[in-house]
Amino acid sequence: MTGNPDATDFRDPQLARRILARIHEVSQTPIRLMEVCGTHTMSIFRSGIRSLVPETVSLLSGPGCPVCVTDQGEIDAFVQLAQNEDVIVATFGDLIRVPGSDSSLQKERASGRDIRIVYSTLDALDIARKTPEKQVVFLGIGFETTAPTVAASILAADAMGLKNYAVLSAHKRVVPALFALMETPGVCIDGFILPGHVSVIIGADAYRPLFDRFQIPCALAGFEPVDILSAVRLLAECIESGAPQLANAYGRAVTAEGNPKALAVMDQVFQTEDAAWRGLGIIPESGLAIRPEFGRFNARNVFSLNIPDTPPPKGCICGDILRGVKTPPECALFGTRCTPISPVGPCMVSSEGTCAAYYRYQLS
Amino acid sequence: MATDVITLDHGSGGKLSHQLIAGTVAPLFDNPILSRLDDGAVFAVDGARLAFSTDTFVVDPIFFPGGNIGDLAINGTVNDLAMCGAEPLYLSLGLIIEEGFPFGDLKRVLQSMRDAADAAGVGIVTGDTKVVPKGAADKLFINTSGIGRIRKGVNVSAHRAAVGDPIILSGSMADHGMAVLTQREGLAFETDLVSDTASLNGMVEQMLAVCPDIHTLRDPTRGGVGSTLNEIAAAARIGIRIYEDRLPVKKAVAGVCELLGFDPLYVANEGKLLAFVPEDQVQAVLETMRSHPRGKEAAVIGQAVSDHPGRVVMETPIGGTRIVDMLAGEQLPRIC
Repeated sequence: MTGNPDATDFRDPQLARRILARIHEVSQTPIRLMEVCGTHTMSIFRSGIRSLVPETVSLLSGPGCPVCVTDQGEIDAFVQLAQNEDVIVATFGDLIRVPGSDSSLQKERASGRDIRIVYSTLDALDIARKTPEKQVVFLGIGFETTAPTVAASILAADAMGLKNYAVLSAHKRVVPALFALMETPGVCIDGFILPGHVSVIIGADAYRPLFDRFQIPCALAGFEPVDILSAVRLLAECIESGAPQLANAYGRAVTAEGNPKALAVMDQVFQTEDAAWRGLGIIPESGLAIRPEFGRFNARNVFSLNIPDTPPPKGCICGDILRGVKTPPECALFGTRCTPISPVGPCMVSSEGTCAAYYRYQLS
Repeated sequence: MATDVITLDHGSGGKLSHQLIAGTVAPLFDNPILSRLDDGAVFAVDGARLAFSTDTFVVDPIFFPGGNIGDLAINGTVNDLAMCGAEPLYLSLGLIIEEGFPFGDLKRVLQSMRDAADAAGVGIVTGDTKVVPKGAADKLFINTSGIGRIRKGVNVSAHRAAVGDPIILSGSMADHGMAVLTQREGLAFETDLVSDTASLNGMVEQMLAVCPDIHTLRDPTRGGVGSTLNEIAAAARIGIRIYEDRLPVKKAVAGVCELLGFDPLYVANEGKLLAFVPEDQVQAVLETMRSHPRGKEAAVIGQAVSDHPGRVVMETPIGGTRIVDMLAGEQLPRIC
């Protein structure tokens, strides 16, 4: 058995340079490629790929940073929950600094509210078990990558008979967002670099309806420089030859049907619902709501939460950036009023946000 | 959103820490010695040049693989003095102990301090102890201050880093920060990462013996190599160019960083240094470092340049370039 290739093979500088040479050779017409996933965005910036591809290739960052697409109203609801003295909020670290309309989880934590950064939902369950006198609420954000583990935590809480654990689900599905994006006027995308982690769960076939409908070249990609460059090369070749493809360039991790166990757990706990996305508005069937039979674990029920319909901060063009219509330097706030230490919009503060990536990594 | 209270980001060693010090603390006490904002103060007393430094330790957990808060507190101040080019002489010790703290643990910590002080060749010559009510401090906080003597002809400061200087890093990045982080409650996987906490004064003494004209020394503690290089670039008004494939990171450390979404460039080190040295003496310094146990893996990771003053730019292994900015706030584990 030769085993799986080591990730370092996909960082091989010589191989990367050969693929880059091929991209330079193939790419003639200007093309706009969108990397959907925030982890891709960071990998592209951190490896300096943007400084290496030909001028004909524009790389746009899409709506794939979980924090960035979370609606302002949902962020405000997270903060409201944290202000409840009977609640311990458990969250992944990314959400801590995201500005709500009046406060942030970070500010609430500094004022003494009980907000715990956890590494997995198991930690949140553990907190609930150890502090029965408090209600523990896990803030469920993210795509199909994280939704199965959150679903599993609800099943585990049910099995353990935990009465003080709930989830505020703001989970979202990737494919409906891509449909919405393609149907949005003014959006101009010639090809998609499709997410790696999400696709491990949902499988390559999940993108078939999108591909069939729009005949847009798509390449599923891993996160190493060679993975991403291979996807760019594939897309450039497809576009130049006029023969669109849905290609799986991350075959070492992604199968056609995805991870059936994870999908089953997700389906058992969640049902789809229309959901509000920052910058994209309401997208049909794009959210994951907790099914009524698990209603006692749904923070919206437990706390009778009404998610406020809050407009995004004035002047913030996160929406245009998430659609790939504008780039961060085109925002009047970028680098002046909006910086990573004093962010106006989530794209500047999230570790996977496009504005943060431009601010931190891009040479002007 | 500006905050009107202190947050943990103000203690991260990144931009907000910098703003707190440069914007709120330093202006109030403004004087020529403080305003250099090096790792310690340097001044002359009756003709002798002295370095004076202080550091406070609040690490959680207080015991971690490779050390504990005690040896960390000795090595930290010893290293701050060494980074001024000084030979550390005497340290003070301040203990803030939470009511209920086990006596046995205190003895263990103090013994480690004694051992670390002996290893570094410094004496603890004065001290203070306070006990606070349960909950008013987290187990044990330690402050150490120290003074050291600077030899004639030695003038080490961030301001002296000059265009053309090769930049040496003494060994692997992020060992301490990741070793401590993976010990915290809530991280449900086991690793064998070990902190690099160690005193560096012995190696620095040898480095200065072969090259008294070392321009800059810094130990990249909080904020990591990335933030420290930014501080030097700003202080000396130079550009810095580093090469990603020359940055040493242990495989296990890199793996955990990747899993949690941490960049090793911003993770704390407690036994490593960065040196900016005159180009014609880099080989001599490098050889000296490599022959010392603390600098076996010393490598030139980049150089000071005249382009992009105040900025640190990194060349990636595939030949791309990107900025290495100063850390904005504490690094937080990501979602996926």
